[in-house]
Amino acid sequence: MTSIDTRPAGVTGDRARPQNAARPGRRGGLLARARGGLPTLVFLAPMLIVFGVFSWLPIGRAVVMSFQRTNLVADPVFVGVANFQQVFADPQLWTAVQNTGYFALLALLFGYPIPLVAAVLMSEVRKMRGLFSALAYLPVVVPPVVAVLLWKLFYDAGEDGVFNTILGWAGLGPFAWLQDADIVMPSLVLEATWAAAGGTVIIYLAALTGVDPSLYEAAEIDGGGVWRKLWHITLPQIRGILLITFILQIIGTAQVFLEPFLFTDGGPANRTLTLLLLIYRYAFTNSLGGDYGAAAALSLMLAVVLTAFSVLYFRLTRSWSS
Amino acid sequence: MTTSRAAAAVAAAALTALGLAACSDDEPDDGRTHITVTIDAGLEQDAIDAFDKRIEQFEEANPDIAVERQEYTWTAGTFTAQLAGGTLPDVFVVPFTDGRGLIERGQIADIGDLTAELPYRDSYNPNIAAAGEDPEGDMWAIPIAAYGQGLHYNRTLFEAAGLDPDAPPTTWAEVRTAADTISAETGEAGYAVMTNDNTGGWILTTVVNALGGRTDDGAGTATIDTPAMRQALEDLQAMRWEDESMGDNFLYDWAGINQDFASGRIGMYVSGGGNYGNLFTQNALNPDDYGLTVLPLADDPNSGVLGGGTLAAVSPDAEADEAAAAVEWIDFYYMEKLTVQEAAVADAEVKAETGQPVGAPELPVFDKATYDEVQTWIAEYVNVPVEQMAPYTGQVFDQPLLNEPTVATQEVYAVLDTVVQTVLTEEDADVDALLETAQTEAQAAIDAAA
Repeated sequence: MTSIDTRPAGVTGDRARPQNAARPGRRGGLLARARGGLPTLVFLAPMLIVFGVFSWLPIGRAVVMSFQRTNLVADPVFVGVANFQQVFADPQLWTAVQNTGYFALLALLFGYPIPLVAAVLMSEVRKMRGLFSALAYLPVVVPPVVAVLLWKLFYDAGEDGVFNTILGWAGLGPFAWLQDADIVMPSLVLEATWAAAGGTVIIYLAALTGVDPSLYEAAEIDGGGVWRKLWHITLPQIRGILLITFILQIIGTAQVFLEPFLFTDGGPANRTLTLLLLIYRYAFTNSLGGDYGAAAALSLMLAVVLTAFSVLYFRLTRSWSS
Repeated sequence: MTTSRAAAAVAAAALTALGLAACSDDEPDDGRTHITVTIDAGLEQDAIDAFDKRIEQFEEANPDIAVERQEYTWTAGTFTAQLAGGTLPDVFVVPFTDGRGLIERGQIADIGDLTAELPYRDSYNPNIAAAGEDPEGDMWAIPIAAYGQGLHYNRTLFEAAGLDPDAPPTTWAEVRTAADTISAETGEAGYAVMTNDNTGGWILTTVVNALGGRTDDGAGTATIDTPAMRQALEDLQAMRWEDESMGDNFLYDWAGINQDFASGRIGMYVSGGGNYGNLFTQNALNPDDYGLTVLPLADDPNSGVLGGGTLAAVSPDAEADEAAAAVEWIDFYYMEKLTVQEAAVADAEVKAETGQPVGAPELPVFDKATYDEVQTWIAEYVNVPVEQMAPYTGQVFDQPLLNEPTVATQEVYAVLDTVVQTVLTEEDADVDALLETAQTEAQAAIDAAA
C-alpha cells in the first residue's frame, strides 16, 4: 500500500505525463492518479457503484440489446442490424421525426426567449424580486403529472373549459385544444414552456447577477436605454449561459415524452407522436413482450444524433462562448 | 488526520455495504409459502376491506400459505413493463387475447399439472378453455370470467332527452338517432367511443363484428379494407361531423371513458358487459343512472357480439411451491364462487356487507346451467340494478359470440386507433385512404407476429 512505483512512465502507460517521473515519492498507479489515495476511492465508491449500476450498465445493456431480439424473459437472439433496418423502414419514424422537430422548433421560438425576457424584467425590478422569482419557479415545483392533469382541465374542449370560457368572453372559440390536429402541438408546447421556464429563469437571474453593474451605470450615463443595455451589455455578458441553455433546450425537446404521453398518447392520429413516444410504443404497445430491440436501436440512434449535434454545436460556438 | 480519514473511509464503506444490503428483499422465514396476488388498483376502501377479508378466510383454510395483495390493473403498456421487469404479482390476470402468446413464449408459469387436478377442469366451455391452453391441451392459465360486449347507456340522460330508458336502441340507426337527441337536449355527448391505448381498435372491431365483418380471416390475412369497416367508420363520421352528437373528447381510453360515463357526461358507449363493477367501485356511478343493453346486430349471418374474458396466470418467476399456492388462491378466490354454493354465498355475502356490487352480468365460463345455478345461490345478496340490465341479460345468451382475433391483436388494434382518431378529429378524413393504409399496416403486423 505504501510501496513506491519506481517503474518508468512508459510501463504504466503514462507516456503523456512525464511529470510523474519528476515527482519521486508519490504513490503510483490508480492511487497516485486518485490524488487523495484510498479514502478518496472509498468516498467515490458509492457514487461510482450507483452511477455504474444504474446509469452506465443500462446504457451498455441497451447498446447490446439494439442488436438483439428479446422479450426480456426468453433468451435473446443476436440479429445484427435488423432492428435498425426495421426502425428505418417504419413510416412512423418519419412522422415522429417531423413531430419532434416541430415541437423543438415551437419550443425554441416561444420557450427559449420567454425565460430570458422574464429574467431581464425581473432583474430590473427593485422591490419584491424574491416574490417574482418564487412565482416564476412555482410551476417547476408542481409535479409534472399533476401539472398535466391540471392543464387537461384548462384544455377541456367544451365551452365550459377554462381556456374556452376565458376566450369566450372575447367571442373566441371554443377550441379543441388537444383534439384538433392543427393546434394540439402548440398546446403541448404552451404547457411545457409554463412548466419548465421557471428553472431557466433562475439560471438567467443568477447569470445576470454576475454582470458588472458599472457597465450598466456607464451605459446610463451615456444615455443608453433598456433595449441598448440588453443588447450591448446583458446578452454579450451572459452569452456563455445562453449557449448552454440553448443546447440543453434542444436536447430536452428532442426527448420530449411526458406531454404527448399524458395529454394525447401521441394522438390525434399520431400528430403528437414523438421519438421517445415511438420508442415507448416499440417497447410497450405489444402486451406480449415488446420489441425491445427496436426500442433500443432507436434510442441509440437518437443518442448518437444528439451527441454529434452537441459536439458540432460546441465546436461552432467555441469562439462565441470564450 | 490520517486516523480520522481512515475512520471516515471505513464509515463510507460501511454505509455503502449497508445500502447494497438494503437492496435485498428476502421473504420472512416463517415456514409458510408467501405469494402476492392481484387486487385492482384504485379501489374504494370498502372493496379493499372485502378483499382483505377473503385473504383472511384463505389463510385460515390454508395456514401454510401467506398472501399479500399487490395493486395491479392490466393495460397493454404497463403489463409489458411489469412482465419484463419481473415485478408482476405471483397471481395476475390477463385478457383472453394474450393467453396463447404468453404460453408460446413461456412468459407465464406452466401450471398444467396443477390445473389438471382441479375438479371442474373438464367442465369448461371448450371455446373458453382454449384461451388458456397450450397446443397439447394443458391449461397454463385459468379462465375466470367471460363477457360479451354491451351498449351501456345513461338512463337519466335518456329521460332528460325525452327517450324511454326501458326501450334502448336496437339498431345502429336508432343509436345514431338517440345520440343526436341526447346531445341536442342535454348538451352532453350522445355517444362516445374509446380511441387510445389500443381501445379504439378494440371497439371498432366490436362494431365491425356486429355488422358482420372481421378484422382478419383467421388464416393470416388482414381484412381491414372491407364494406363493414367502411360502414362503421362512416357512421362514426356522420355522428361526429353531421350530427355533432359525440361530445368534445375524442382521446378516451378505457379508464377515461368509464369516468366520464359515470359522471353523466356520456349518453351511450360500447364496452364489456361486465363493466358495472368498475363503474360503481372505481368511478362512483349512481346506480339509478345505469342502463345496459345488447349490441345491435346487423341482419347478416356473420354478425355477432365480440366476446372476451379474463385469465388468471402465475408468474414465470414463481417457485414450485409458490405456483402451487398461487393455483390454490385462484381456485379459492376466482373459481370456487363459480362452482361451490358455500363459496359463492360467502363471496357474495362479503361483497354485499361491504357495499360491493353482487350480480353484475357475466357470460358463463362453464355452461349456462351452471351459471344460472350460481345466480340462484346468490340471489338474496344481489344488489345491482338487475332490471336496468335486463335488456342485456335477457338477450345476450342468444347472440352469436365471437372471439377476439388471436394474431397480433394489440398491434392491429393500435393501427385502428389511428384510423378512428383521424375520423373523429379531421372533418375531411378520407376513409378509403385510411383503410388502404391500415390494411397494409395490419397485414405487416400479422406477418411479423406469425
